[in-house]
Amino acid sequence: LLKCDGEGARAVPLAGHVGFDSMPDQLVNKSVNHGFCFNILCVGETGLGKSTLMDTLFNTKFEGEPTQHNQPGVQLKSNTYELQESNVRLKLTVVNTVGFGDQINKEDSYKSIVEFIDTQFEAYLQEELKIKRTLHSYHDTRIHACLYFIAPTGHSLKSLDLVTMKKLDSKVNIIPIIAKSDAISKSELTKFKIKITSELVSNGVQIYQFPTDDETVAEINSTMNGHLPFAVVGSTEEVKIGNKMVKARQYPWGTVQVENENHCDFVKLREMLIRVNMEDLREQTHTRHYELYRRCKLEEMGFKDTDPDCKPFSLQETYEAKRNEFMGDLQKKEEEMRQMFVQRVKEKEAELKEAEKELHEKFDRLKKLHQDEKKKLEDKKKSLDDELNGFKQKKTAAELLQSQAQQAGGSTTLKRDKERKK
Amino acid sequence: VATVGLFYVGIDAILEQMRRKAMKQGFELNIMIVGQSGLGKSTLMNTLFKSKVSRKSVVSTPEERIPKTIEIKSISHDIEEKGVRMKLTVIDTPGFGDHINNENCWQPIMKFINDQYEQYLQEEINIDRKKRIPDSRVHCCMYFIPPTGHCLRPLDVEFMSRLSKVVNIVPVIAKADTLTLEERDFFKQTIREELRANGIDVYPQKEFDEDSDDRMINDKIREMIPFAVVGSNQEYQVNGKRLLGRKTKWGTIEVENIAHCEFAHLRDLLIRTHMQNIKDITSSIHYEVYRVRRLNETNGQPNAQPPNTLVNPQQANGVAAQHQVLTHEM
Repeated sequence: LLKCDGEGARAVPLAGHVGFDSMPDQLVNKSVNHGFCFNILCVGETGLGKSTLMDTLFNTKFEGEPTQHNQPGVQLKSNTYELQESNVRLKLTVVNTVGFGDQINKEDSYKSIVEFIDTQFEAYLQEELKIKRTLHSYHDTRIHACLYFIAPTGHSLKSLDLVTMKKLDSKVNIIPIIAKSDAISKSELTKFKIKITSELVSNGVQIYQFPTDDETVAEINSTMNGHLPFAVVGSTEEVKIGNKMVKARQYPWGTVQVENENHCDFVKLREMLIRVNMEDLREQTHTRHYELYRRCKLEEMGFKDTDPDCKPFSLQETYEAKRNEFMGDLQKKEEEMRQMFVQRVKEKEAELKEAEKELHEKFDRLKKLHQDEKKKLEDKKKSLDDELNGFKQKKTAAELLQSQAQQAGGSTTLKRDKERKK
Repeated sequence: VATVGLFYVGIDAILEQMRRKAMKQGFELNIMIVGQSGLGKSTLMNTLFKSKVSRKSVVSTPEERIPKTIEIKSISHDIEEKGVRMKLTVIDTPGFGDHINNENCWQPIMKFINDQYEQYLQEEINIDRKKRIPDSRVHCCMYFIPPTGHCLRPLDVEFMSRLSKVVNIVPVIAKADTLTLEERDFFKQTIREELRANGIDVYPQKEFDEDSDDRMINDKIREMIPFAVVGSNQEYQVNGKRLLGRKTKWGTIEVENIAHCEFAHLRDLLIRTHMQNIKDITSSIHYEVYRVRRLNETNGQPNAQPPNTLVNPQQANGVAAQHQVLTHEM
């Protein structure tokens, strides 16, 4: 292969304005024309206000009835919405865990979530591996952010939370949040956050860290990392405070304002999730989580980059070998099936022949029986006829005798009788 | 970012996030220049990028030599403008068209282009692959047409016909200061007709216009190509301003004056408006076509050299037909 290594790039100064500083704009324009997509997974027990929070975050009312508590297992329900703000079109997909935490035995609760995430990775991988593919117009369904809703107990994480987050942390960007945090007082909240963070650390759960490598956002991201998990309150109802209408929850003892940073961390969440790090969340999903999935999946399927003799294998070579193996198996199976079919046909044929033979024999037997019967009947008929004739003769003779006797003792009758009797 | 009441979610902040990411990562551009020696290719490159980016400027050769076989020589530079960093690689092809017998001179160039696709593909199909696959694929091939004023030569047709199927070709009329405006227009018209007659799709290809806005903009460009250009690294005083130009006894040709030559149009197309698009066409169309062909080679040994000949170079629709194949099966 002729390599293009360019003899090592060196920096050269420009003597004037060239114009490639428009490249970021060109790139952004292309993306604007294309539209963006962002996929959020909300994991949490029923009743923690997941749907309300999504409505509040995106300032819209997503449809859906409140979910019931009697689900047999954890299901994932996904809805896609088209949002637009100025010239940006966003295809937002919100996936909700339905029935999470409702079962008596929650051992398998995390499984359907992991399966769902893997399915999206698999779909992308399949597209990427296609021969004729259209990656640039592919609707990306991979989960970019997982909001994990922690119940506001004020004590510590539940074991279900720890187990689930541990299973998810290598597959998705996890942002833990304390739901319905207006149930906790400020001092309890600080203790709660510290407890949660230390439990996450001691259990080795890797949550998403807001990136601090770009100096433009390093400071704000670094500060926000210290505020995790975010204590949020969601509300789509508006209350008049002063002369403004604000999103709030009204209690007899006061009003919790969603966008008041003294009341809760909603603004922080919105800032981090949407306004500052949406692109990074998408990039991490693609370059870290997806790559890990892909690597594991391909290795599982038997592909490798180099063989023991250090000769690089190409994916195609291994694929070819596997394909031939598969085709071989397929052919063998086909042959087996064909043999079996032929055998069955033979057997059936033999059975049918046997049956036919039996039928013939039966027919012959019946025919003979019939003939015998017929003969018997004929013989009987003949003997009956003979009997009948005999009887008739006797009858005629007796009648004649009677009439002769009636014609009074005339010797002529006797004579006639005698003559007759001759 | 100030929140205006409750109604602003902040989705459009993603544009700024993307811009930030792009600035951090920088951009790559790989341009190949093809044409006989003496057509001012190096000078034009230096003029386009306002610095000594051509290989000749960097590698000092004791004498001008024409290599016995066509060589492919590339040189990379890191340039920066208003915070935007770019790695520019200029790929030179000395020896092209300079010999008595120029048969198959397109072959090493085709091979080079395909080798870059191959390299990218190999990295892409690795199990353990790099976060950002280094992109050495040729995004744009500038083909220099000598200013004869008449029509394309067989070599020009042969080259562009074959290469337009695998790479974006931007044809330019070199050293256009030897043509009057009428001669230039006639020449351009003839060239456009010949390209059409031979089914050669040069950039911007009609088939890849994305929507009607695109088509409108690109139609205007297609009416103007090939650009008649003049290059220069010298500045002269013209009407109180220092301008890039070529000074002759009968006047000074101002390179960036569109009344004099079309350099500015070329620069705008290549750099200021369509650079991203050129790269996109390379990655989502030309590269994909290569990949499809490569992955369909069921009998071939995967490590064998990829084919560098295309079966029917005179095929009427060139890249379009392949694109159709690409989009047909879904």
